[in-house]
Amino acid sequence: MSETKKFMYLNRKAPYGTIYAWESLEVVLIGAAFEQDVSLAFLDDGVFQLTKGQDTKGIGMKNFSPTYAALGDYEVTKIYVEKESLEERGLTIDDLQHLVWEDEDEDWAEKDSIRLVSRSELADVLAEQDVLFNF
Amino acid sequence: MAMLHLVNKSPFDGCNLNTAATVMKGGDELLLIEDGVYGAMKNSKGAALLDGLKVSVLGPDLAARGIPEDRLVDGATVVDYAGFVDLVEANDKVQSWL
Repeated sequence: MSETKKFMYLNRKAPYGTIYAWESLEVVLIGAAFEQDVSLAFLDDGVFQLTKGQDTKGIGMKNFSPTYAALGDYEVTKIYVEKESLEERGLTIDDLQHLVWEDEDEDWAEKDSIRLVSRSELADVLAEQDVLFNF
Repeated sequence: MAMLHLVNKSPFDGCNLNTAATVMKGGDELLLIEDGVYGAMKNSKGAALLDGLKVSVLGPDLAARGIPEDRLVDGATVVDYAGFVDLVEANDKVQSWL
């Protein structure tokens, strides 16, 4: 029985312009099978990954944004979004997908996955982690 | 000798948009593609740099990123791939700020 570690995936790049966003998602989904305590952070241009209404038909690339809504099913329920990064980009939480998970301990009550945090609050969350993955 | 300037990086990723915008001369045009489209968003870092410039944004790249056209700075024109070709044709040279 190995000890559970706190894994955090930091997402700091916009989707589609580079492969980082998609690669991160793939690694998160693979990593979810290892039953670690996983959380995701979206900051800097990474906040653009979560915008709703993405439609990639015109650029001939796979639209991977619906996959974020499946993270709750993989028990990835802690998604930190940095407030300052949104504000700098003229975005609000309403521009992002509404991501939820179902809590089996509370009769499958639907709960929000996204936690809006300030940069200093995010720093505290980072300090608690055992392993950080950067994309 | 009008020039078409292409920017494909986010305004938060390096200084490409800043350099392009400050090098542009009267008659030049700017086309934002790929992650460059974020540069035309209102209330964001790129907006102030675009003041007084002729700015086009590639529509398919905007749609891919979920950015509605009404979130762009006033005066920005959304073009499709045919519009991209028209801009290349209308200018004497193309400068890509990679």
